[in-house]
Amino acid sequence: MARFGMVIDTKKCVGCMDCVVACKTENDVPEAFNRDWIVQDVRGKNPDLHMEIRTERCNHCDNPPCVYCCPTGASHVHDLGGIVLVTHDLCIGCKACLASCPYDTRFIHPEGYADKCTFCVHRVEKGLDPACVSVCPTHCMYFGDLDDPNSQVSKLLTSRKNHSLIPEAGTKPQILYLV
Amino acid sequence: MNPLSRRKFLKISGATIAAAAAIGTVSKALDKAETTKHKGIQKIPTFCDICFWKCGAIAYVRDGELWKVEGNPLDPLSKGRLCPRGTGGVGAHYDPDRLRSPLIRTQERGKEMWKEVTWDEALSYIADKMQKIKSQYGPESIAVFSHGIGGNFLKHTLKAYGAINFAAPSFAQCRGPRDVGFRLTYGEDVSSPERTDIKNAQCLVLIGSHLGENMHNTQAQEFAEAVGNDASIIVVDPRFSVAASKAKYYLPIKPGTDLALLLAWMNVIVTENLYDKEYVEKYGFGFEQFKAELLAYTPEWSYPETGIEPKLIRATAREMARYKPATLIHPGRHVNWYGDDAQRSRAIALLNALMGSWGRKGGFYYPVSMDVPGYPYPSYPTPTKDKVDNPDKKYPFAHEAITTGIREATLTGNPYPVKGWFVYATNLIQALPNEEITKQAIQNLDLVVVVDVIPNEIAGWADVVLPESVYLERHDDINVEWFRDSFVGLRQPVVESPHDQKPNWWIAKKLAEKLGLGNYYPWKDVEEYINYRMTAAGLSFDELKKNGIILGTKQPNYFDEGVPAEFQTPSGKIEFYSLQLQQAGFDPVPKYKRPAGGPAGSFRLLYGRAPVHSFSRTQTNRILSDMMPENEVWLNANIAERYSLKSGDYIKLKNQDGVVSNKIKVKATERIRQDCVYMVHGFGHTAKGLKHAFGKGASDSQLLTRFETDPLMGGTGMNMNFVTIEIEA
Ligand code: SF4
Ligand code: SF4
Ligand code: SF4
Repeated sequence: MARFGMVIDTKKCVGCMDCVVACKTENDVPEAFNRDWIVQDVRGKNPDLHMEIRTERCNHCDNPPCVYCCPTGASHVHDLGGIVLVTHDLCIGCKACLASCPYDTRFIHPEGYADKCTFCVHRVEKGLDPACVSVCPTHCMYFGDLDDPNSQVSKLLTSRKNHSLIPEAGTKPQILYLV
Repeated sequence: MNPLSRRKFLKISGATIAAAAAIGTVSKALDKAETTKHKGIQKIPTFCDICFWKCGAIAYVRDGELWKVEGNPLDPLSKGRLCPRGTGGVGAHYDPDRLRSPLIRTQERGKEMWKEVTWDEALSYIADKMQKIKSQYGPESIAVFSHGIGGNFLKHTLKAYGAINFAAPSFAQCRGPRDVGFRLTYGEDVSSPERTDIKNAQCLVLIGSHLGENMHNTQAQEFAEAVGNDASIIVVDPRFSVAASKAKYYLPIKPGTDLALLLAWMNVIVTENLYDKEYVEKYGFGFEQFKAELLAYTPEWSYPETGIEPKLIRATAREMARYKPATLIHPGRHVNWYGDDAQRSRAIALLNALMGSWGRKGGFYYPVSMDVPGYPYPSYPTPTKDKVDNPDKKYPFAHEAITTGIREATLTGNPYPVKGWFVYATNLIQALPNEEITKQAIQNLDLVVVVDVIPNEIAGWADVVLPESVYLERHDDINVEWFRDSFVGLRQPVVESPHDQKPNWWIAKKLAEKLGLGNYYPWKDVEEYINYRMTAAGLSFDELKKNGIILGTKQPNYFDEGVPAEFQTPSGKIEFYSLQLQQAGFDPVPKYKRPAGGPAGSFRLLYGRAPVHSFSRTQTNRILSDMMPENEVWLNANIAERYSLKSGDYIKLKNQDGVVSNKIKVKATERIRQDCVYMVHGFGHTAKGLKHAFGKGASDSQLLTRFETDPLMGGTGMNMNFVTIEIEA
């Protein structure tokens, strides 16, 4: 079975937020909320500086605390590639998942349910890349099956140094950053 | 999946309900009978207008409502991917702060008090005033400020009327010095889109140019491609920009001293014999004199000026030479900094010449274009006066009109009075330095007309404001681009305008008719006009409507592909030593002069671009403002500490002339030097109609009361202002 994930090349990312804007229009994300965002991780002292720019979102964890803690089963792992989703009708907006996510990726949608990145499952079902991946002007984002050793994402991971976010949380994030 | 409908999105967005009521209709260009019942998705190609880059786009209409905009894969500029502003272009259509109907002023200028009028009333009012100005002062007394392709038809009407003074801030407030510096050296401009072959560069040098934050799409895409190809990147910037974070060498230069660095680099390259000798011998003029002048500018000479250590200057000069001719020293775009900008740009041109990069792969390519004839209009009236902006050729190398020259003439009445301003899609209050001068000049006018999509600051000073349809709702002239590949692009309506907005071609044609100049518009509508041009070029308008782009055939871009190495300079060569500069009383080889410093304890004010905004034109776009609702002032972390400030605190800035900014959020960061502060341009709006943007962030333009005029071309160097920190009570 497929296990969908993203590989993101931080070397090429310029932090332009096109991925954030595209998510917004693709998914009608309401004003003042975003499902993805940019982090500029600056280290060092002027002028010896280093900066990693990352586009971040739900990591579609392989070991997702948000799913385990959900009292209604609204938060669940989808059959298609292990995408973590929320069934709006089942969600009671109790915020347990917001509290359990180490990455602070979720918010309560003005309509009352917990919302976050869906990996654009409606596009993935049609064989398209998620909106953020498809618009990125620097081509720094890759989406694919991490279980398939021949996929582009798997190949990138074997050829380049990479890291995930807060690995010590044990959530097994499915988004990996190339350095 | 249960995605929110567009209507729900708008409701949640708060104040947008009024706008929502009027949407949901589909383009006039489409068959109405069929499309009113159109369910599902329509994809309509067009090109973007959130900036002037004109990227090919595909707009998605879902159940008759505008949904999203993506790049057009056929388009050589976007290659199927828009920049964030283009992706957020949807927000321009839905913007509740848009101008809705024509307005005529009811109180004094600047008070922003108007009454809504019909198009007929507005255009009659304008035509009447224009006729009066013509009979009293002559048609030359109306000046036109216009930005972008949308101004083409209005300019046509004004030319038919007899106007001759047309200017855009893109020259004297932006790229003018660069184009002058390159013309003096190679006989040609860098042009727009820039002819920089970034994607093939093996070594890329950026001087203050912050690609990646500045998102001119093709440039940013190719920059990432160069990074991905492991090109050696050298970034010179007082601020650790995004580009600097991708660089092999980062040179945190002291602001204003770039020319001292350029001269030292050339000194190293010439004295160490690292330049492309064959190229210089074949194409160069005056190299020996140039070399002789350079000898004094050692890295050791440069060090106290620039703060860049001699060994780093040498290392980077050698790095450039290693990859020549695929070494591109980027000429930048907005380069009106210190008033010596044309000479600094010339130094960049010369450094490129030493690398042999002009006309070579990885350097500067020769752009090509398709041959699409213009429309055969009657000829324009013969002017009886010279242009007003540059009397007696005071700035001998200005090859475009100088906006601030027109402003000066308006203020002084010399060389002759300017009595009317037409302003199309450029917010002059924020685009020109020292807004008080602009406001004073406006007092001398009998007519101010602003054509725009939102009520920007300049609209507040207009007698008549004409609301234009946004680009997703209108046709414009076709884009016959000069680029690496030749192509024609079409802008066509995707959805209808929500209120009484009109496309600029319609406005221009109607105004011409009011002025009795209807014979200048032999075509019925813009489609007839475009069809004429396409047919005359032997191209299919239907194909263009369907695909948005028609590509030309591949043509050579480099000398070694067959482009003739011809230079339109007086010597017919690349001018290392410029006799025309010498004859005009300027330095034939650029000389460095230290820019004036500021009062003790002040910081030089620097400004730049953010990837999610275009000038001061996008801050009410709800999607883009959601990405960046206000700007921040970057303060070096040590300075912030000294003032006990942390990121997120609000301060005000006071400039050397006592002008105090609106409050602005602090970004305390290691990413900037201690002698300057930085902010993104375009915020701190004061126009009441820009409800969503009003009072958010600070306006750099407001603080730019001083500027240093470039003696070669009249550009306004604007990095000449200094601020101190005012702590909020
Ligand atoms: S669109 Fe691409 S380059 Fe821009 S911030 Fe997102 S991932 Fe980075
Ligand atoms: S990132 Fe957070 S919301 Fe997403 S799957 Fe992991 S724990 Fe759940
Ligand atoms: S660069 Fe961005 S804003 Fe400018 S035309 Fe292209 S997509 Fe639009």
